[in-house]
Amino acid sequence: MAHSTDSVFINLGPVHPSTHGVFRMRAHIDGEVITDIEPVFGYLHRGIEKLAEGKSYRQVIPLTDRLDYVASMNNNLAYCMAVEKLAGIEVPERAVYIRVIMAELQRIISHLLGIGSFFNDMGTFFTPFFYMFIQKEKITDLLEMVSGQRLLFNYMRFGGVSHDLPDPFLPALSQFLREMPAEIDKYERLLKENEIVLARSRNVGVLSREMAINSSISGPVLRASGVNWDIRKADPYSCYDRFDFDVPTGSNGDCYDRYRVRIEELRQSLRILEQAVSKLPKGKVINPVPLRFKPPVGEAYSHIEGNKGELGFYIVSDGSDKPYRMHVRAPSLLNLSALREMLIGWKLADAIIIFGSIDICLGEVDR
Amino acid sequence: MEVRIEPCYPEIDAHESRVIEDLKSSSTQPIAEPSGWLDEEINRNILVTTVDKLLNWGRKTSLWTETSFTACCTFEFISTSSSRFDIARFGMEVLRSSPRHSDLIVTAGTLTWKMAPQIKRVYDQMAEPKWVIAMGACGISGGIFADSYSVVPGYNRILPVDVYIPGCPPRPEALLAGIEKLRKKIEQSSISNKS
Amino acid sequence: MTIKLSREIINHSLHEHVSSTDYSFESEAVVTDSASLVKICEVLKSAPGIELDYLSSVTAVDYPDYFEVVYLFYSIKHNHSLTLKVRCPDKQQPDIPSITPLYNGANYQEREIYDLFGISFVSHPKLRRIFLWEGYPGHPLRKDYGIGS
Ligand code: SF4
Repeated sequence: MAHSTDSVFINLGPVHPSTHGVFRMRAHIDGEVITDIEPVFGYLHRGIEKLAEGKSYRQVIPLTDRLDYVASMNNNLAYCMAVEKLAGIEVPERAVYIRVIMAELQRIISHLLGIGSFFNDMGTFFTPFFYMFIQKEKITDLLEMVSGQRLLFNYMRFGGVSHDLPDPFLPALSQFLREMPAEIDKYERLLKENEIVLARSRNVGVLSREMAINSSISGPVLRASGVNWDIRKADPYSCYDRFDFDVPTGSNGDCYDRYRVRIEELRQSLRILEQAVSKLPKGKVINPVPLRFKPPVGEAYSHIEGNKGELGFYIVSDGSDKPYRMHVRAPSLLNLSALREMLIGWKLADAIIIFGSIDICLGEVDR
Repeated sequence: MEVRIEPCYPEIDAHESRVIEDLKSSSTQPIAEPSGWLDEEINRNILVTTVDKLLNWGRKTSLWTETSFTACCTFEFISTSSSRFDIARFGMEVLRSSPRHSDLIVTAGTLTWKMAPQIKRVYDQMAEPKWVIAMGACGISGGIFADSYSVVPGYNRILPVDVYIPGCPPRPEALLAGIEKLRKKIEQSSISNKS
Repeated sequence: MTIKLSREIINHSLHEHVSSTDYSFESEAVVTDSASLVKICEVLKSAPGIELDYLSSVTAVDYPDYFEVVYLFYSIKHNHSLTLKVRCPDKQQPDIPSITPLYNGANYQEREIYDLFGISFVSHPKLRRIFLWEGYPGHPLRKDYGIGS
């Protein structure tokens, strides 16, 4: 008797442990193989861009915290840089360095969580995740020291940062910088050449260089496809041009490369942190700006290399104390542009891994 | 570069919109707290029997949590359930992705109207007895997003909430305190008033 | 440093394909209308020495007299950038040609603008709401839509 399989329509999410939040996919599968997929967005659409239009410039900073909530310092930084560009505000040297330190610590947190949940999706249920969580908690403590919050820091201000580093911060950071390389080696011993990891992620979900560029992919996903594009190098902001670091790239653009790029970026972030700590100048940390200040009429776009890719803020000012329009160039949303190309033709179980390797944050996808 | 055209399911979308609109129009008022456990009347009338004690002990020491991880508060929930804050002390380390396995839903994050029917469905599928903890300002009232056009002003519009934990996000200690409150509440319930 | 493309270079590569009345310069941006948008994008994407291969972002702004759609392009090869603006004076039925066939990265962003501003992108492969549900009343990011509703 001849057997034939019918195409089945299934629904993944939005309440699903592998979707990193509330993402949803409607998939057509033939047997185990995905034949077509439709991503559905909007389950966390909170209207941040509209709410920003009703708040004063400074009140928007806490809103930006909640975009990519695993890296709120980065969001603060990008937003403050855009407003500073708009109004021509100078940032004191010490604050520039502090901002870099915070941004790199956030990148480490985000990459640790990204790698951890990627392995969760692969089936190493929570073991690597909890190893990485230990370090994440250590960084959280550091950031709590400076900001008083554990997750949404709201630390940066126009013209600097809200207050100076507390005394115990730098010794604690140095301690962390001493310990962390050994921790990364530990993850590598556990995972790098693990047979299952290799079998499940090598050559899976390949994203070609051309497709990545055409689909506006950015961040580690773009670099894993072999494109050497890092805004910290291509368009240096803050004081990144004074540091010595490399931009890791992959060659195949598969899930394994994306994981490797993130691990290498952890090492590079540690390098940057070491240099920033040793060069940290003395002085004031903020050029105060009036609470309800009014930037001149105009517009500004400013971008940073966020943890997930190019994070940009486009701000239009009409001269009042509220932004006329604020747009967030959200790397998480755009990194999904090529999702269908990456998923179609793979088995459902691979789809979960491929999706995990993109590492999105729903707060930023839906905004 | 050829990019295949995305599929499109207008009927499913239309159905989803209807469900959202229905839920939105039927949940304009907050739902009251579920059991009147502090209510004098009931307190006088129930008998705290040994059966109750045994049942409540069982229930409160193995609260299995449904993952309803919508937004930022999630990360504080995960921190709480990881080794540092060690939620396993309360028999709660089991996170279930299936509502049929769980007794408790911790609403960690902002709820949007688009998401609301899904959460309500998850809640409806949970077996009795079940409890709800509204975690964070968003869970209580919509928090910083209360004014937004797409955000539900508090989970109590669609679910009966037992314990509210303020904070944005609540610290793990606060979450643990809230869980402790819920355990007290379970201790005082009786089969004669909460099914 | 990512540098902004200078006017001379843009003029030089556009003059053969687009008449110079179809676009103008405003501070650092090129402003055009919806009729010549696709042509300009096509030329700038492939013109040697320019090769704007990366579409960074697409967004829209609701000004009192017109909608403005703002495109930001980079060239990864040459590390320069260009801001392109398209004005759409018809506020009742705004429409603009889609550039999704050229840049796949525009897909979701154009849908987002359609959803939140109500600007239609002609010949977009799937122009449906992305964040809000079908049948949602109004387009929230328009200025006539109240903030606290
Ligand atoms: S209460 Fe605060 S931290 Fe929690 S989901 Fe809402 S905005 Fe995020």
